[in-house]
Amino acid sequence: YAWDANEEYLFKAMVAFAMRRYSSKSTTQISNVLLCNVTDRVSFWFVVTDSSKNVTTVPGSEVEAAIRMNRNRINNAFLLSDQTLQFLKITSTLSPPVEPSTPVWLIVFGVVLCLIVAGIVFLIVSGIQKHKKKNKESTERENLEEKVEVTLENGIPCEALDLKAGHINGVFAADDERFTSL
Amino acid sequence: LSATPEISKEDGRPKWDNKFQYILSCIGFAVGLGNVWRFPYLCQIHGGGAFLIPYFIALLFEGIPLLHLELALGQYLRKGSIGAWNTISPYLGGVGVGSWVVSVLVSLYYNTVLTWVMWYFINSFQEPLPWSVCPLNENRTGFNEECYESTAVNYFWYRKTLNITPDIAESGKLQWWLILCLATCWAIVYLCTIRGIETTGKAIYVTAIFPYLVLTIFLIQGLTLPGATDGLIYLFTPNLNTLKNPRVWLDAATQIFFSLSLAFGGLIAFASYNPTKNDCEKDAVTVAIVNSMTSLYASIPVFSVLGFKATTAYWDCLDRNIINIINEFDLPEESIMRQNYTSWISFLNSSYPEKIAGLKLKSCDLQEFLDQSVSGTGLAFIVFTQAIILMPSSQAWAILFFIMLFSLGLSSMFGNIEGVLTPLLELQIIPKSAPKELLSGIICLVSFLIALSFTLGSGSYWIDIFDRYAGSVPLLVIAFFEVIGVAYIYKIKRFSKDVEWMTGRKLNLYWQIAWRFISPLLLLIVFVAFVTLQLQKPPSYTAWNPKYEGFPMKEEKVYPPWVQAICVLLAALPCVCVPLVALFHLVKQKRRSKDPSLVPPEVFSCQGANS
Repeated sequence: YAWDANEEYLFKAMVAFAMRRYSSKSTTQISNVLLCNVTDRVSFWFVVTDSSKNVTTVPGSEVEAAIRMNRNRINNAFLLSDQTLQFLKITSTLSPPVEPSTPVWLIVFGVVLCLIVAGIVFLIVSGIQKHKKKNKESTERENLEEKVEVTLENGIPCEALDLKAGHINGVFAADDERFTSL
Repeated sequence: LSATPEISKEDGRPKWDNKFQYILSCIGFAVGLGNVWRFPYLCQIHGGGAFLIPYFIALLFEGIPLLHLELALGQYLRKGSIGAWNTISPYLGGVGVGSWVVSVLVSLYYNTVLTWVMWYFINSFQEPLPWSVCPLNENRTGFNEECYESTAVNYFWYRKTLNITPDIAESGKLQWWLILCLATCWAIVYLCTIRGIETTGKAIYVTAIFPYLVLTIFLIQGLTLPGATDGLIYLFTPNLNTLKNPRVWLDAATQIFFSLSLAFGGLIAFASYNPTKNDCEKDAVTVAIVNSMTSLYASIPVFSVLGFKATTAYWDCLDRNIINIINEFDLPEESIMRQNYTSWISFLNSSYPEKIAGLKLKSCDLQEFLDQSVSGTGLAFIVFTQAIILMPSSQAWAILFFIMLFSLGLSSMFGNIEGVLTPLLELQIIPKSAPKELLSGIICLVSFLIALSFTLGSGSYWIDIFDRYAGSVPLLVIAFFEVIGVAYIYKIKRFSKDVEWMTGRKLNLYWQIAWRFISPLLLLIVFVAFVTLQLQKPPSYTAWNPKYEGFPMKEEKVYPPWVQAICVLLAALPCVCVPLVALFHLVKQKRRSKDPSLVPPEVFSCQGANS
């Protein structure tokens, strides 16, 4: 929108409104707000006069405080923001970023960790189960073989042979089936 | 020395489910974070497209021969690095031990980099992204000073993530949030490597393929961003003059070498789980070419995004100047736009030179912004995160980007852990009855405890040290001894016959020449040049010190002597294994030859046959 006399009127009204709210005395009129040095850039100086005392200007700090208190309303009247409507020497109080009670990252972290721990537990348990199954199978196989071994050996267990002194004769040791009974 | 391989078919050694898993694992190991954040940087500073010339020459004469060597070795001997080199010759066992030590050291610090990626990942779910805004100071009148002087992205990285100390000697405290992420990362690594290649083989399907998907998405998105073409033109414009600088050739050779993850022992371990009758020659060529193509493919989105970031920074600079001029001269809004900025500036400079000089305008030059090259963690955590803020729907891009980095790093971690796990399994550190899960658990737990030291305030300085000293020089030395050992101690003729037996066709002359002469020579030259360059100036680092006068520039500091000693130790420890083990065997041999009665009595068959 273009900056014309109507906008200036609105600006004066907003400043008067701010002064009224701040000092809570309804003596400030639109005519108390004076604009000067308006440029094409749309920048200008303004002062607020106090009609109760004879043509003195309200101290700058008061005006600053009033505007700071109502900055939001002033901005919204002109559909502008702190960046686009700039009051020199009035720094805006910044609003802190919204912080949820638990930081979001902790929640995500919790989810990720739970998934991983579940995965590890699952893999370990399945590994133990596989191990047990394999052990059971191999002990069954061993039992079968032992039975077969004992009958072949005619009751003489293999270990007894190893403890005797002397060399193990590879030729004979290889052929278990050819043991004849002594 | 070379047992007939037919027997080993029933030796109960785990094997890959299919060939694709094996190739994917090797590719995943080779393709890592360096492909994304080191190769584009090297391309940029070494004359764009011209860098590809030394890069491909190095690939041809150094990368592929060494890769083929390692894969063939592992596949034929069917053992991890320590066992394989012991089999070649007991005097060369030190090469295997050295590889193992390097794998341990690299695993320790590599997973901490993944910790940082994970921290950024879990922080990407917020709106707005935490690195896009500065926190406020105590009385809420302005922003936190450290953040204000540098940027929000820098602040989040150095303060909120690392909580970095101004000096490496100050250790600071353990950062609890990093400890949590570190535990998670090691838990993930444990989950995937719990049963060796049984589990990594399944995980690799995701971690090796997913980065390519994300890179493609970023490629499409990146090319639509404004300024992307500037970045790409800047990257690929060849400047052939840079080839005269030997530094370029050195960087190309080292990049190929470290990019292919050679001399870690991980490739030997992967290949040892293969059936012996497998074409390792084709595998080696495939893996090397895919690795290089990935580097090239990754540099396109990286540079589109960097071009976008430079353009945005350039526009910001222009806009700031425009505002200043408009305020000063009280010109109407939108009278100066970016397009007519230069004509306005020249007009104003001629008419009101003092006023313009008084404004102290920063000169905005797009080239200058494009020239700001960063590599490594700076690229990912500072430059890229800043670019992501500027994109629409930043959370999605951030999440995608960090998952991609995590997958890239994780698949490389598999190779590192495999390089540590396989030799330990063969050395039978734990009894055979104990499950494999126990050993991988012990490795992950011990590594986690040691890596806790990287979560201190000075942790990132230590990671730089590990990266520069443990992950560079020892690899060159070990690779050199690998090639020499196979070519001259195991003898090329024998090795050629072994490879022919495996692949089923005669070995090309190119391989023989490369293994015998070219690769060892190249490695020697690279090693000497590398060490000379390192020794030219005292090792220094840049520290983030908010109290420094030049802040936000980083302060250049020299390492204190005790840190320098640790650097030397890190570089020397794996290298010194090679002569130590050889010496140990020499002494053992001498002692044995002096005292024949020490020969243990063996059981002789067929002695005293007819008793």
